[in-house]
Amino acid sequence: MITSVEAALRVEPTVPRHWGSGPTVAGLLTSALGAVGVGLGLAGLLGPPRSVQIGWLIPLIGVELQLDPLGGFFMALTGAVALAVGVYSIGYARRAHLGGFALPVLPVFVAAMLLVPAAASVSTFLLAWELMAIASLILVAAEHTRPAVRSAVVFYAVMTQLGFVTILLGLMLLAAAGGADRFADLSSVPPGVRTAVFVLTLAGFGSKSGLLPLHAWLPRAHPEAPSPVSALMSAAMVNLGIYGIIRFDLQLLGPGPRWWGVTLLVVGAVSALYGVLQASVATDLKRLLAYSTVENMGLICVALGAATLLAASGAASAATVAMAAALLHLAAHAGFKCLGFLCAGSVLASTGLRGLDRLGGLARRMPATTILFGVAALGASGLPLGAGFVSEWLLVQSLIHAPLHGDTLVALATPLAVGAVALTTGLGVAAMVKAFGVGFLARPRSDAAAGAREAPSSMLIGMVAAAGACVVLAVAPAVLAVPLRRVLSELPATADSELAGLGMVLRLPGLAGSIAPGLIAVLLFVAVLVAVGVAQWGSRHRPQPATLPLWACGADDLTARMQYTATSFAEPLQRVFDDVLRPDTDVEVTPVEESQYLVAKVAYRARITDAVQDLLYTPVIRAVGACAQGVRRAHTGSMHLYLVYGALGVLIVLLVAR
Amino acid sequence: MNLMSYLAGAAQIGGVALGAPLVIGVTRQVRARLEGRVGGGVGQPWRDLRKQLRKQQITPRGTTAVFAAAPAVLAGTTLLIVAVVPLVATGSPLDPIADLFAVVGLLFLGSVALTLAGIDTGTSFGGMGASREITIAALVEPTILLAVFALSIPTGSANLGAIVAHGIDNPGQLLSLPAVLAFVALVVVIIAETGRMPVDNPATHLELTMVHEAMVLEYAGPRLALVEWASGMRLTVLLALLANLFIPWGVAGPESGGLAVAIGVIAIVVKVLILAVLLAGAEVFLAKLRLFRVPELLAGSFLLALLAVTTANFLTTGT
Repeated sequence: MITSVEAALRVEPTVPRHWGSGPTVAGLLTSALGAVGVGLGLAGLLGPPRSVQIGWLIPLIGVELQLDPLGGFFMALTGAVALAVGVYSIGYARRAHLGGFALPVLPVFVAAMLLVPAAASVSTFLLAWELMAIASLILVAAEHTRPAVRSAVVFYAVMTQLGFVTILLGLMLLAAAGGADRFADLSSVPPGVRTAVFVLTLAGFGSKSGLLPLHAWLPRAHPEAPSPVSALMSAAMVNLGIYGIIRFDLQLLGPGPRWWGVTLLVVGAVSALYGVLQASVATDLKRLLAYSTVENMGLICVALGAATLLAASGAASAATVAMAAALLHLAAHAGFKCLGFLCAGSVLASTGLRGLDRLGGLARRMPATTILFGVAALGASGLPLGAGFVSEWLLVQSLIHAPLHGDTLVALATPLAVGAVALTTGLGVAAMVKAFGVGFLARPRSDAAAGAREAPSSMLIGMVAAAGACVVLAVAPAVLAVPLRRVLSELPATADSELAGLGMVLRLPGLAGSIAPGLIAVLLFVAVLVAVGVAQWGSRHRPQPATLPLWACGADDLTARMQYTATSFAEPLQRVFDDVLRPDTDVEVTPVEESQYLVAKVAYRARITDAVQDLLYTPVIRAVGACAQGVRRAHTGSMHLYLVYGALGVLIVLLVAR
Repeated sequence: MNLMSYLAGAAQIGGVALGAPLVIGVTRQVRARLEGRVGGGVGQPWRDLRKQLRKQQITPRGTTAVFAAAPAVLAGTTLLIVAVVPLVATGSPLDPIADLFAVVGLLFLGSVALTLAGIDTGTSFGGMGASREITIAALVEPTILLAVFALSIPTGSANLGAIVAHGIDNPGQLLSLPAVLAFVALVVVIIAETGRMPVDNPATHLELTMVHEAMVLEYAGPRLALVEWASGMRLTVLLALLANLFIPWGVAGPESGGLAVAIGVIAIVVKVLILAVLLAGAEVFLAKLRLFRVPELLAGSFLLALLAVTTANFLTTGT
């Protein structure tokens, strides 16, 4: 039986080249920028708002920058991610291929991402946003010699620029109706414009965050980009899409009406569910992580929607908890997703493999990377002791404790949202168990995986830093209590109800319920020790421990090909969610010539494509192609025809201008 | 936080730890008698554990620390759950550190540890069991959280102590429509989580039909003892939790004396035994479902839980 699984995911391992000091300089510069970002962000979060105006930089309008708690929060997050990624990229650039032009762009990308939350006027924001988009585009194109990368770059370029157009239109409307360029001077806008700005900015920022149905670039660009770039994009850049939604829709135009909340809830829930479903059946490690980003951004969007809906329904304290959940999940996601992509990068650099079906057995060959990826996977699965647990707990608590006041909409929306969040968490566990178990445990499924070796120390330092942040967020989320409080007091939806009780034991303001993640960790450690102690009972009577072969049903030995792969591991889930995933499977049976009842060979192909992309994007792309064909037909190259066009054009102008 | 609440906590941990094999023994014995067999006796699981603990520690070739650590993690998470949930008395000093969501999370953490161990063996059976277990777990999660949601609406808190105390104070609400729906949903969930019929057959000897047993196929000796002990504790604590959430009588209050705690212990033992007998009795009449029919069962319980929340929401709105 020949099994050919989705596209050969093997990336050619590159010959180690001598890079000189380039990687060190670029990496340290990136980290230094990250440190500056963290410092400025903390200053913005904890200190008084400060603004800077650079009049000469852009003629007429100038550049307006401001440090406030909301911007500071995102700056600090971006900076922290850049800090870890910078150090990591030194080793990565040396060990794997990081194209010559990618290295100098890395710090530029970080600087642009730090500028976005610091912008205090519409024009400055748009400038920084576009700078960030272009820098990320160049970085995605770093390995442009591979066709898959080129296709991803085109996809990303088109989507990011279309997203920019909608943001541009939305913010132009806002600035025109508000009568100012600076955020602080914007006056209130009429309801029609407000709605238009909400829809346009949600589309633009949603596409940057990978919210459905504008997520299609994310699972293409993130896997194809070099891993430090994937980490920066997935842990920092997508956050800025959420920043845009919070800043413009929830702060400047906020508090939003109820239907904004419902829209955000629906978009978020659909993104979360679709993202996690795709992640649970993905066989490419980086694609899995990219879909997990779609999932987590969806969860954050659910939290934003819940906060908006609850605040508009008069449940201020529940709204505060939901908003806190969104911000905490942003931080947690930045931590574990950064770490996840960095670990995937170190696997890729060491084995040249991204496909889980060919990995395995890394726990013995790359023990540090395995442990670090375990931390990331635990965080992403939303289980206790993981970085994502507390924020998901807060989100669910805000939903179940929403006071109803006889409100049918809230009474129907909250259980559905809880169901969506819970199913997302459950499937997220499955996706992460698959990524960790199949990718890192058991026996290697290919020679490349068998020859893996541990990442160099600079890469490990970057990963350990990210893992440290994950662990702190998991056991002591109270460290973020003060920053969260500052940000929440800035937002109109949550300004009335203060977030109290984020201590060692997390208590909810105005709601009953508490957990203590730090104590859970300590007690679990004690309980595991007790269990180990119990298992010692009777050990005096035991013979010496032995290492013996696995049970092979009486056969000689098991080969690595007999193991479950990522594809087979996810097969039950794929079958259960057949209608949503629409897998493309194909069984081809070739009988022997003499008899059709004797099978010579069976070929089985299974491919999981993005169903949403197939349904929504393919018609659009086809229509654009058809239009281009039509235009092309008009361009025959005949000079006479062009002269006729020219004459017609003049005629029309004359008629109109008459 | 008096001495008694610590005593009640210790009684509950000790009781579940020592009694769990007996609960398994009771279910097996009831099943054996109903099937016309003599059965090994209620104490047989205990004798099995003692035997396994004296056997040689065997590490299958090629497995990593994950395989070695998983039984301890499974037992550790279960012990922590046993310590946190209010079985004998409410007002435990550990009650505020973990609510029902955290308990569910810990339950999953244990399952995930065992799943990873199954994958780590690198055998087809290990992977197969892991894949099936995680599929079922992923589909169970929404039902559990929605059932918790439904239970916490009248109470206004998801902390277990508060839910149980509210049940004692308002017995009428335990027979309300949302509570009944949530009860049915939780029963299905517990059956799926503990690998009982009709989701999984704990007594199966055919590898291809296994879910839980396939994951632990490579375990032997002391580690197998730990896994079996932990599985027994999971069943016991979930049955006890179910009993206390829906039949909370007998649970001692936060400031009660020694007599109340003693009554609490007896009450929970009786409740768990009754539930174990009922579970075993029902299992005799059930055949194992095909694996791909299990999602239908779970989807049904999800719908019940959703209905429970919605009715609870509208009932609280109405009052």
